[in-house]
Amino acid sequence: MQHSAVSKLKKSLPLWFIAPHLIIFAIFFIIPFFYGIVISLYNWNMFFPDMREFIGFDNFNSILFDQDSIYYKYFWNGLKNTLTFVAISVPLLVSIPMLFALLINVEPKGYKVFRGIFFMPSLLSISTLVLIWRWVLNTNVGILNLTLSEFGFENIPWLADQPYAWFSLAMMTVWWTIGANMIIFTAALKEIPTSLYEAAEVAGANIFQKFLHITIPSLKNPLIYITIMTTLASFNVFGQPQLATGGGPTETTKVLMMYIREIAFGGGRPNPGIATAMAVCLGVIMITISIAQSKIIKRLG
Amino acid sequence: MAIRAIEKKKKRTSFIILCIISIFWLAPIIWVISTSFKTEIEAISSGFNLIPKDFTLDSYKFIFTDQNNNIIHYVKNSFLAATAHTMLYLLIASLAAYGYGVLKFKYRDKIFWALIATMMIPAVMNLIPLYSIMIKFDWLDKMQALVVPGLGGVFGIFLLRQFFLNIPKDLIESAKIDGANHFQIYLKIVIPLSKPVLIVVALFAFMGNWNDYLWPLIVLNGDTYRTLPVGLALMQGNYNIYYSRLMAATVISIIPVLALFMAAQKFFIKGIMMSGIKS
Repeated sequence: MQHSAVSKLKKSLPLWFIAPHLIIFAIFFIIPFFYGIVISLYNWNMFFPDMREFIGFDNFNSILFDQDSIYYKYFWNGLKNTLTFVAISVPLLVSIPMLFALLINVEPKGYKVFRGIFFMPSLLSISTLVLIWRWVLNTNVGILNLTLSEFGFENIPWLADQPYAWFSLAMMTVWWTIGANMIIFTAALKEIPTSLYEAAEVAGANIFQKFLHITIPSLKNPLIYITIMTTLASFNVFGQPQLATGGGPTETTKVLMMYIREIAFGGGRPNPGIATAMAVCLGVIMITISIAQSKIIKRLG
Repeated sequence: MAIRAIEKKKKRTSFIILCIISIFWLAPIIWVISTSFKTEIEAISSGFNLIPKDFTLDSYKFIFTDQNNNIIHYVKNSFLAATAHTMLYLLIASLAAYGYGVLKFKYRDKIFWALIATMMIPAVMNLIPLYSIMIKFDWLDKMQALVVPGLGGVFGIFLLRQFFLNIPKDLIESAKIDGANHFQIYLKIVIPLSKPVLIVVALFAFMGNWNDYLWPLIVLNGDTYRTLPVGLALMQGNYNIYYSRLMAATVISIIPVLALFMAAQKFFIKGIMMSGIKS
């Protein structure tokens, strides 16, 4: 009798360890995931779920195909702007940290201080980031235009005019987020055996040949990992345009996340069904990219 | 000899380039600090003066006494929410990691890798249904909404489990022979051995919660629990063209983060390396 009670306790033991997390994970992750798919099929009312109305794939139809729907315009404009941000920022967010890592890897005097300086901004919140950069980019009295005017340039409306607005958003994002990628690259560079470089030097390779034929191939795995993680993070872009440009000028930087938030929670008539359908579409795009990534990694070995 | 000379030249070149980049990297923050000590008039007068002509603390005095945008209140809220979240997450995640890393049970690895696979699902898909759930729980405008939902995070469990797997089996076995049960082994052996990785997980949890903007923006309406990122964004609207005040608020928001960074730089860097190596 007592023995079976003990063995029962032993069997349930793992549950005591993993259950607290699993329960919270189920409530705040699994359930919302499926609940979201349900919401996207309804004309949903956030505060009176009883007033919902099942409409099948109508939400998806109006955002993806119905050219007369205002949500169609919102979705495609938002997606276009998000993709623009991804296309501009990802190459910068991969190449610039790699360059910094190459410089730091030489380990000059005080390289740890430099690494700290480049990393520190990534700990700031988005609001702090934007307050700093709106002031730096201020058209009349910002330090950037003041510096440029010393060299005889006209004042540039960094946040109020294109293509400067995209440039500014990319610039503040680079300043904000390169720290982590730089550290991963630095760690990977350390792993490359110096004998490889020495052999190349004996063979008469110059610095660019060494970079192309030794450094890049050796960095293949971290390079793929960083590219994918950075791409996914960039698809989530919200705070920078929301707070720095407000989506302007003329909604050219209004990214999909801004539309989703506005349609779900903003003023006017909220439409959570439509917003969730948009979120599902964005999510599917991002999942497709992740899967494609793991396939590519597998193929490259 | 020749190689050493080349090496030295490389180091010097790299040093000079890094110095130049650093100036650009620090310029925005220096400009912000400089503005915060200027009078409002000097702040908006054009001219490239980094050192304020009329050095003043007026903006800071104003910020600390402003009842409409009480920045100290925001800092306190953020700190409370982030601390509560971090403590609870450390407990929940380390228990779970012990389960997946040390204990043995049926489907253990299947469950664990299924959890890891869910990391591929973007958070945006859960945003609106999660808000719906907050309404059901009556958690809108409550501290729980800031602390609890993020506790389901999987990444910390992953980092902890990797570490637990490398703890020598002999240690655990000999404790078992001495009659210790798993809760004792968890508390007396595994946790004390895992301090470095616990610090890394704590830092990630804390910073993620402290800096979150979208979620608190959505679930909080009033000022009671408003966090620093949301409060700051609000001040950007309210202070409008009072740039010196805005920059004083910005400086105040940088200080806690900078202090944490100075104290724990090593752990931040180690943590990122750990997370990057998983590829």
